Amino acid sequence: MLKRKPKSKLNGNTFFDWVNYVLMGIMAFVMLYPLWYCLVGSLNEGTDYLRGGVFFWPRKWSTASYRAVFLDSSIMNAFAVTIAKCIVGTVTSVLCTTMVAYAITRPVLKLKKYYIPFFMFTMFFGGGLIPFYLLIVDLKLYDTFWVYILPSMFGAYNMIIIQSFIRDLPGELIESAKIDGANEYRIFFQMILPLSKPVLATIALFSVVGHWNSYFDSMMYTNSPALQTIQLYLKKVITDPSMAKGLGTAAAATIPGQALTLTPQVVKLATMIVTALPVICVYPFLQRYFVKGVTMGAVKG
Amino acid sequence: MTTGKKMKEEMNALKNKGNLKRILASDQFQLQSLVWPGLFFCFVFSYIPMYGIVIAFKNYTIGSTIASAPWVGLRFFNEFLRDPSLANVLRNTLILNGMALVFSFPAPIFLALFINEIKNMKFKKVVQTISYLPHFLSWVIFGGIVIEMLLPTGVVSSVLCKIGILEEPVNFMAKGEYFYIIYTIVSIIKGVGFGSILYVAAITGIDQELYEAATVDGCGRFQKMWYITLPCITGTIVIMLIFQISSILNTGYEQIILLQNPLNLAFSETIDTYVYKIGIAQSRYSYAAAVGLLKSVLSVILLVGANKLSKKLVGRGLF
Repeated sequence: MLKRKPKSKLNGNTFFDWVNYVLMGIMAFVMLYPLWYCLVGSLNEGTDYLRGGVFFWPRKWSTASYRAVFLDSSIMNAFAVTIAKCIVGTVTSVLCTTMVAYAITRPVLKLKKYYIPFFMFTMFFGGGLIPFYLLIVDLKLYDTFWVYILPSMFGAYNMIIIQSFIRDLPGELIESAKIDGANEYRIFFQMILPLSKPVLATIALFSVVGHWNSYFDSMMYTNSPALQTIQLYLKKVITDPSMAKGLGTAAAATIPGQALTLTPQVVKLATMIVTALPVICVYPFLQRYFVKGVTMGAVKG
Repeated sequence: MTTGKKMKEEMNALKNKGNLKRILASDQFQLQSLVWPGLFFCFVFSYIPMYGIVIAFKNYTIGSTIASAPWVGLRFFNEFLRDPSLANVLRNTLILNGMALVFSFPAPIFLALFINEIKNMKFKKVVQTISYLPHFLSWVIFGGIVIEMLLPTGVVSSVLCKIGILEEPVNFMAKGEYFYIIYTIVSIIKGVGFGSILYVAAITGIDQELYEAATVDGCGRFQKMWYITLPCITGTIVIMLIFQISSILNTGYEQIILLQNPLNLAFSETIDTYVYKIGIAQSRYSYAAAVGLLKSVLSVILLVGANKLSKKLVGRGLF
């Protein structure tokens, strides 16, 4: 019954393994800690937080900051704009890009040899910030919701990834659908779109996260508070002290007994947590999609 | 006679109608129509701005159009070369990207090598998942938390005071000289996990027989890493390196603007943020476009140069 243990190994692990575990553990801590810091701060009472030293656990518990976030109408409006931007932007852009990707894979498509370089060129060269800004102003898209949607309708890079996926689908499928009398639209909508779900999920994931996390488009191309996204709102609060002062004050007044202890800092931290939460909840489950996305892009690029 | 003519016309109309119907139902038309929306948006939002570059050679002011603005040749390029902030902006851009090349670029490669050595699959998965987290947080959130942590009341000051490195709490963001190091550390934390995906995938693709053969020959772990893993992922590393070198003049806007404040401006103003400021905030469109164009041209030259160099040195490149 005695089994001989391998020499110089502790439970099958060498010294290097343990060093590696410790190193990776430290790294994981460094990655997680900023968010934890933010969470702990947001759950602490406002005036108490200002004394500093709230690093690992709230000193005085309070959820007033979260109530302030959900009562603040401009924060809620910013959330609504951001969600609309994510959904509309992603659906239209994935559809538009996939349509091109499918057509490009069909050998019968005429003018194909002109289309491909036309699209590819935009991956390597662009007009730059200023000409793009002037175009947005000229098209009267400045300060409209459509400035979030239309410029990203077509992406050459995504088109390449999608078309390489569609090209690898069995060609007999299309042939047999043709024999059954389906036209190209029908093949595209009823066959190609459902079959391409894995690659479309990847592209859509990146698109949603990109829309959710960007503030630059909102800062550059909109002006009215009604159109600002949650990230721009946060950015303003972080970099503009006068803006931070107003944060949550209206809401604080409506929460009885909290007006004195609620401070802009903790409301800011609570807004960050609320903004980060959807992404944190979703990304671990979509891992295989974005791992695929990154490696697919690399093979083609 | 007239009836015959009429009949012929009717026949023609019917035939044309049939043609139109046939065209609309034809594969070719349907496929072409699938391309049109993409073609349209690509043309409008990618090609028209390319034409807009001409304002770098014109004196464009609010109210004039791109076509009607008077030509001024290289005036704005000359102006930039004599701009007193040029030296500063260029220095910051090159130092920040130099540090990215030395520290942020190799970090994901090392992480991938370490992750690959983890034997416990569950632990490996957890570590990888956590390492992607900062990438999915926006720069606003991540930068905001970092700024909060670096305040005099924040955790960094407090810890450094406790272990005796600092005498008293410091507001790191207010000290410009710390900007380079702060920015580099923050971008490593944010990007290292996601950057490692590519290298982990490349390592997974290596033929396991190579390792088995090396084990038989008595190779240790580090020897395998050095003589098998690294050479096998050189292709991926070289391609990423070419991209990194060609973007040595880019810093992006989002991340820098966020960590920028009036106190660290002397260290944090880069070409990209400078273009944004003079162009959008000061409405000097032509000048900003000239600076942006100069940067793009230099970037293309760097890309081609780095590609040539890598072809010469390791025998492969991007194109």
